[in-house]
Amino acid sequence: MPDTTADPKPHHLLHRVVIRFAGDSGDGMQLTGDRFTTTSALLGNDLATFPDFPAEIRAPAGTLAGVSAFQVHISDHDISTPGDSPNVLVAMNPAALKANLSILPKGATIIVNADAFDERSLAKADYETNPLEDGSLSAYTVYEVPMTSITTEVSKEAGVKPRDAERSKNFFALGLISWLYTRPIEDTIVWIEERYAGKPLVMEANLRAFKAGYHFGETAELFESSYEVKPAVQKHGEYVNITGNTAVAWGLIAASVRSGLPLFLGTYPITPASDILHELSKHKQFGVRTFQAEDEISGIGAALGAAFGGSLGVTTTSGPGLDLKSETMGLAISLELPLLIVDVQRGGPSTGLPTKTEQADLLHAMYGRHGESPLPIVAAKTPSHCFEATLEAVRLAVKYRTPVILLSDGYLANGTEPWRLPDMDDLPSIEPGFAAAPNHTDAEGNEVFWPYVRDEQTLARPWAPPGVAGLEHRIGGLEKADGSGNVSYDGANHETMTRLRAAKIAGIALDIPPTDVDAQDGAEVLVIGWGSTYGAIAAGVERIRARGHKVDQAHLVHLNPFPADLGEVVGRYRRVLVPEVNTGQLSRLLRAEYLVDAISFTQVEGIPFRAAAMEAAILRQIESAAGSTTGPGGNGSAPSTGKATD
Amino acid sequence: MTDLANAESTGVPVELTTRKDWSSDQEVRWCPGCGDYSILAAVQMLMPDLGVRRESTVFLSGIGCAARFPYYMNTYGMHSIHGRAPAIATGLATTRPDLDVWVVTGDGDSLSIGGNHLIHALRRNVNLTILLFNNQIYGLTKGQYSPTSEMAKVTKSTPFGSLEQPFNPLSLALGAEAGFVARTHDMDRKHMMETFRRAHDHNGASFVEIYQNCNVFNDGAFEAITGKDNRADMLIPLVHGEPIRFGPEGEHGVVNHRDGSVEVVEVADVGESALLVHDEHRENPGLAFQLSRLSRGPHEPTPIGVLRDVERPEYGAQMAAQIEDATARRGPGDLRALLRSGSSWTVE
Repeated sequence: MPDTTADPKPHHLLHRVVIRFAGDSGDGMQLTGDRFTTTSALLGNDLATFPDFPAEIRAPAGTLAGVSAFQVHISDHDISTPGDSPNVLVAMNPAALKANLSILPKGATIIVNADAFDERSLAKADYETNPLEDGSLSAYTVYEVPMTSITTEVSKEAGVKPRDAERSKNFFALGLISWLYTRPIEDTIVWIEERYAGKPLVMEANLRAFKAGYHFGETAELFESSYEVKPAVQKHGEYVNITGNTAVAWGLIAASVRSGLPLFLGTYPITPASDILHELSKHKQFGVRTFQAEDEISGIGAALGAAFGGSLGVTTTSGPGLDLKSETMGLAISLELPLLIVDVQRGGPSTGLPTKTEQADLLHAMYGRHGESPLPIVAAKTPSHCFEATLEAVRLAVKYRTPVILLSDGYLANGTEPWRLPDMDDLPSIEPGFAAAPNHTDAEGNEVFWPYVRDEQTLARPWAPPGVAGLEHRIGGLEKADGSGNVSYDGANHETMTRLRAAKIAGIALDIPPTDVDAQDGAEVLVIGWGSTYGAIAAGVERIRARGHKVDQAHLVHLNPFPADLGEVVGRYRRVLVPEVNTGQLSRLLRAEYLVDAISFTQVEGIPFRAAAMEAAILRQIESAAGSTTGPGGNGSAPSTGKATD
Repeated sequence: MTDLANAESTGVPVELTTRKDWSSDQEVRWCPGCGDYSILAAVQMLMPDLGVRRESTVFLSGIGCAARFPYYMNTYGMHSIHGRAPAIATGLATTRPDLDVWVVTGDGDSLSIGGNHLIHALRRNVNLTILLFNNQIYGLTKGQYSPTSEMAKVTKSTPFGSLEQPFNPLSLALGAEAGFVARTHDMDRKHMMETFRRAHDHNGASFVEIYQNCNVFNDGAFEAITGKDNRADMLIPLVHGEPIRFGPEGEHGVVNHRDGSVEVVEVADVGESALLVHDEHRENPGLAFQLSRLSRGPHEPTPIGVLRDVERPEYGAQMAAQIEDATARRGPGDLRALLRSGSSWTVE
């Protein structure tokens, strides 16, 4: 690595920067962004990422439909979002420029692969004139770098065919940005050497392109200066950079280890949940069984069968997959067996937006089954929080013998953030508490096992996997007699059982922490959210406070049941604002449950909220609360959308 | 980890049991005269002979008349969802190789709504014993045609006759790569018990079709071949290693033509040496497939017994072997190490 102290170019410190790598789906932009992120994480920056890619694996090359982007926000302080708008756009072709220009603020830096701006590529991106020449980019600082030709040139010397050499240009871009933001390069060199060990020519081409990019920044008389973002002050500890999907997978393994229950995943590939299967399938030394089923129904069915047998049964899915699992969730509610359903939400209805995020499955999770069929719902709020949320969902499933839905989403699944590794001793303990002996005396005085005798405290029934003599029993989807579990069509018994099942789930409210409110004395506005909006809400709240206003923030991890004090909490404020990436689902639940005039603030664009939109929405409520003498129930409840204010 | 999986290896000898020990205290609620009664009796009478434990035996079912079966067995059991039993059983059998897992299903349950789960359980060779009660009708919903009903069948939902080509369950199972495929019928307890025993003893997925009379909605569907006076002429018993022949005097037989097809012939016409000798263990399922289609329906001479019994690796055992192998190579899972398996860094 060149000695940067000898760098003749000036060097500026930045507190934060948002970089967006954009190119064709086949250009390796996700890989490039991922490497830049890892290097920044190892350097100690706080960061958040937002991979943004199309559903098509390879849309026609060079077209707008095929643009794949990766946005990363690095900073020297605590941040919670991948950034509203990029400071720097790296555009590998005209389509990447065109697709991303609208989100670039004036004055932003654009680094383009100048070689890609030929007539043909411009036409594919529907450019009538070359934006590099027609003055349309005059509000930006544009750097034109011949990435393809330099990459081809340096690779040719290594004996790589020009056609193959061209494919290393993403590493050139990575090298260039690494210089521009003073990232160490050793780690990436080692990574390239290991990753492409089996393909020496590809390895050599990538290495040369990467180094050429770095040196280009340093020596070419194009960039006036380089920049640096110092490490953030982080709490003492060991860190990794983690996606939500990996955090779910590791959370499941941790739950298996902590409970002693062998882990069984029954699942069917579906975007964006498949990576959980991929990750778990690698770790068989933990006794993990992964079963790629013939369909979504079989995936959850097999998981339920495994749970009946005493395993930790888990299924993972998204979008239409959740619909297909409803039937088996109903059976699991009736059987009262532990089961975890991980729903990585994506845009709907139907196939919808497979690669885009949304949090529109909350009401489905609550009510998407026939009959009275309540189950607990837990939602993760950040990528790394997926680990903790998974353990919590498993804890509830096992303790209360119930299926639990864990809600993640496309943004959490693929987004990353640094995660301070937990102390193993701090992980919750999960006790399977299998039934070991008969629990009832029948009329003849015989000791027998009744599968639906309940624990007085939790109302949970015994979990008695096959293999224990004397506990043989039959369960099923028909209504069961209270206690004995025998088939019962008696109306009064059905009433009893329906209310018992509901009371069991409702009682969990006493077993979860009270609402966690980030409170300021005297705030009149509460912003309450759930799931992946956490980062954007936190960023919006921070901006409002920086303006000198008071606002409180609460974020729900438990969506069913709600924390026991939630009604009292939301009742305290003049205004309760509920931002969601749906058309108002939590707001409906809050209104129904607590008769609170929850104000819905929503967007469904397949992307997370921007902090600026959040700031504006909160500000409106603060102004409205200040101008109003009425408490909750006053005006201001008309639904608004993020789009309108952004 | 749980020691449930070791329940079988405690070394305690299996207690001697009787049919009564395997019968639950629940009143059997099938219609009087239903063929299900004799199948239940055959299973309950067989269990004491299998040398297995009640606590290690699970009966799983979907929905339909047959699916009430688990309630009547004094074992572990689950009455699940329409068509899903093979999927649920796959999770159970794969995680608990110590258990005997039986799946009881019907022609609607596993050839219609659950067709997908059935074929994939067979293909994967999950260690399940699948008993398919085929009565060629929907009984529990009161008499609609099923995927095994004959064409032109007039039922409540087909007043002008069914337009659908029925499935041949044995052909379907063979096409789905099943290693063990057999047929029996509800009028012959001895044959049922022997067939069930063979299916149970087979390692991997076993599939047994049972011709079962629904005396309310499809009475007499199999009378032409299973009726007391008709059996000798209409049922073709398959016996491994023996020439395939039937009839009161063994006067009929089956030959295998050069083009691969099979045909019923008179032994007197072709000579005994021309008869096809039954081989359950043929790797190639082609001949078993031909035999499965020898009869076009239960009104022609129909083979019963084991069509195919071929060993191939069982799914759960292979999954367990992968775990063992990974553990041997990498050592038992270490959670602390897992969390550090990517690039980690330390903040002092």
